[in-house]
Amino acid sequence: MSIITDEDVANEEKPNRRQRQAARIAEAASAGLKAILVKIILLGLVDAIALYALFVLFAKGQWIVFGLVLAVTLIVNWIYFSPGKLPAKYLTPGVIFLVIFQIFAVGYTAYIGFTNYSTGHNSDKDQAVSALMSSALERVPDSPTYAVTVVDRVGTLSLLVTDPDGDVSIGSNDEPLQRVSDATVEGGKAVAAAGYTSLSFQDVVARTDEITKMAVPYSEDPNDGSLRTPDGRNAYLYLSTLVYDEQAGTMTNTGTGVVYSDTGEGAFTSPDGEAMLPGWRINVGFDNFVRAFTDEGIRGPLVSVTIWTFFFAGISVASTFLLGLFLAIVFNDLRMKGRKFYRVAMILPYAFPAFLSALVWAGMLSESFGFINQVLLGGAQIPWLTNEWLAKFSILLVNLWLGFPYMFLVCTGALQSIPEELQEAATVDGASPWAVFRLIKLPLLLVSVAPLLIASFAFNFNNFNLIYMLTGGGPRDAEASVNVGATDILISMVYKVAFTGQTRDYGLASAFSIIIFILVAVISIISFRKTKALEDLN
Amino acid sequence: MKTTTRTTAEATGFVPVKRPFTLKRWFASTGWRHVVGLVMVVFSTFPLLYVLSASLNPHGTLTGSNALFSKIGFDAYVRILNTPEAPYAAWFGNTLMIAGITALGSVFLGALAAYSFSRMRFTGRRTGLLTIVLVQMFPQLLGVVAIFLLMSTIGDIFPAIGLNSQIGLIMVYLGGALGVNTFLMYGFFNTIPASIDEAAKIDGASHARIFFTIILRLVAPILAVVSLLSFISTTNDFVLASVLLVDPEKQTLAVGLYRLVSNPNYADWSAFSAGAVLAALPVMALFLYLQKYIVGGLTAGSVK
Repeated sequence: MSIITDEDVANEEKPNRRQRQAARIAEAASAGLKAILVKIILLGLVDAIALYALFVLFAKGQWIVFGLVLAVTLIVNWIYFSPGKLPAKYLTPGVIFLVIFQIFAVGYTAYIGFTNYSTGHNSDKDQAVSALMSSALERVPDSPTYAVTVVDRVGTLSLLVTDPDGDVSIGSNDEPLQRVSDATVEGGKAVAAAGYTSLSFQDVVARTDEITKMAVPYSEDPNDGSLRTPDGRNAYLYLSTLVYDEQAGTMTNTGTGVVYSDTGEGAFTSPDGEAMLPGWRINVGFDNFVRAFTDEGIRGPLVSVTIWTFFFAGISVASTFLLGLFLAIVFNDLRMKGRKFYRVAMILPYAFPAFLSALVWAGMLSESFGFINQVLLGGAQIPWLTNEWLAKFSILLVNLWLGFPYMFLVCTGALQSIPEELQEAATVDGASPWAVFRLIKLPLLLVSVAPLLIASFAFNFNNFNLIYMLTGGGPRDAEASVNVGATDILISMVYKVAFTGQTRDYGLASAFSIIIFILVAVISIISFRKTKALEDLN
Repeated sequence: MKTTTRTTAEATGFVPVKRPFTLKRWFASTGWRHVVGLVMVVFSTFPLLYVLSASLNPHGTLTGSNALFSKIGFDAYVRILNTPEAPYAAWFGNTLMIAGITALGSVFLGALAAYSFSRMRFTGRRTGLLTIVLVQMFPQLLGVVAIFLLMSTIGDIFPAIGLNSQIGLIMVYLGGALGVNTFLMYGFFNTIPASIDEAAKIDGASHARIFFTIILRLVAPILAVVSLLSFISTTNDFVLASVLLVDPEKQTLAVGLYRLVSNPNYADWSAFSAGAVLAALPVMALFLYLQKYIVGGLTAGSVK
């Protein structure tokens, strides 16, 4: 066992210049031709993908992302083409994924927590204006007929429009009509434009739904209306019943005459408080947190869910550990026959995929048709999953079923690694078997098992699958203004607020996530302080 | 805790072995252990027997599945494989593909990182290790909202890796790879003597050759464990897969089977059970075959 110690490091740390040079030459000489070829091909692939990405980003005008991709590509090339920098060569691939999908995700969550991002507020103001106006489009009775050709560029449809005067322009849902000079015109109608693929009749038929939903703005001013085509050949001018006044920031419904104004809450609101949706995303500061802690309909569930989360995780760890330890002691007797059989039978629940277990138990615990009620309890109608307290009990029971094999395996391993001599010595000294267990075996066992108990607590703290698949978090809390139930834990509450139900409130869900982050961080700091785990990290 | 008292008494060999056999004494020494064993065997296997029996029941409902092994037939298996609304075969293939690539990718990324932390000394090394330990504390699950919005933004620009793309989902999983696996592997890498690297270096091997041809082979056991654990956790993931994959043909088993029985009272319970059995058999076989290594791997992180 030779683990690199600090002393070795100190000795290795400072090679002089000649040594470094020699190392470099050796390194270069030892790299085979094949390895260099593989390296060049891989980097070539990466660069080709990056180049494609840069091209697309350039075309879409995404300058910030463009800059980031360019910088990362340059850094990656610099790292792999320059000599040395070994640690960077080995760390870069993983770090790139880590930064984008984990560290950035955390930061982005924090940002969303301070916005009103949700179903009715998921774009910026300009997009909200055009969405509102196009949702209220009505065909102008005496609209001229525009001959159109549907064209495609990288999956985005555009209309190539020839107006009655013979002028040709092109535009898509997002881009208003613009003049084109180089279009191919046949029989007074533009049929193709450079950079676009014209759709054939079959393509038009195949994508009818997409085409009939198109609304191409006539100009930059949304009040000028849009062109829509019912058949992919002729288009007509549609005007919105809403009129947008950019100066005053108001929307006027020409039908009813109501003026909706921007009150700074991310939506056009009428004088009597009616908001027009979709609105747009704005920064709302601490509003989501204020709502979470003061709104009765949210604070109540948040507090009870937090308590239940700790309770659930704690009881789960304790119950699985106690049962696992008990079984480990029972089956840790060499004279017992058939131990292997029992062992295999008992770890089956652990080997069975966890999400399936929860679904199977959900069926077995069903109130009117389930196996437990119908067969084991002779036709009783016990609401295992729909009564608040029974649902909590069922969850703990199923988690015991799921989790005890792991604790059994771990405890068996830990018990067997305790030297027999300790026990013999204690017995010779006259200790009772119970004292031997309590004062010698248990403390030694806990030393090796404690980190696993903490890990198990952390796992159950976010044990989404079990909760969501067994009870769906239900039974639902009728007093709550968010979709939360009696058995929901924090993570399943976040999921339900963000992704289920009529309104998806990303802002509130992210605020909840941040609250969980803070809770987890506090627990981690305390446990690190206690165990001093970070101090011997080297 | 009366039981434990007896256990230790037994283990220390207080009871002389050569005495005439009586049922009472047999029960006091090992018999009661068999009773505990039988109870536990029933507790742990009856849900599994139940699902097996339900899968062999040709008729679909939950009630019909309650009479264990009353009818035997493979109709449910045929049904689950031939229902167009529930493309089970596609789910199975997707799960294998996504979990397989994720397992390979994350074990590779983790091994690269663990190698550099274990063998190289550089500025920011301790900070890097600390960061990884801290990142471990915050599972990706918590950032699911941000990941969803990020992927939908990416999807607007690059549909191939955005929302509703399996490649995108794999990339998200790989983002969690470093945090989860590096530390476990780092500990194992440290047990491989550094003198082996040095000998190879003196013989003129480059760092890449040392890593790929020597180190990776020596740490093969931990690579197997980490990839298996990653495979299992990816298979079990519901949150990210359900949020990021929209089309039924693109979904995984966890998402598909959940949707199939989201209301068990009205679902085709036998077909679900058949799907569950088909999905579980390979996993369980692999698990039982490799259980020694898995258990070793699970505890390796803690027992230093």
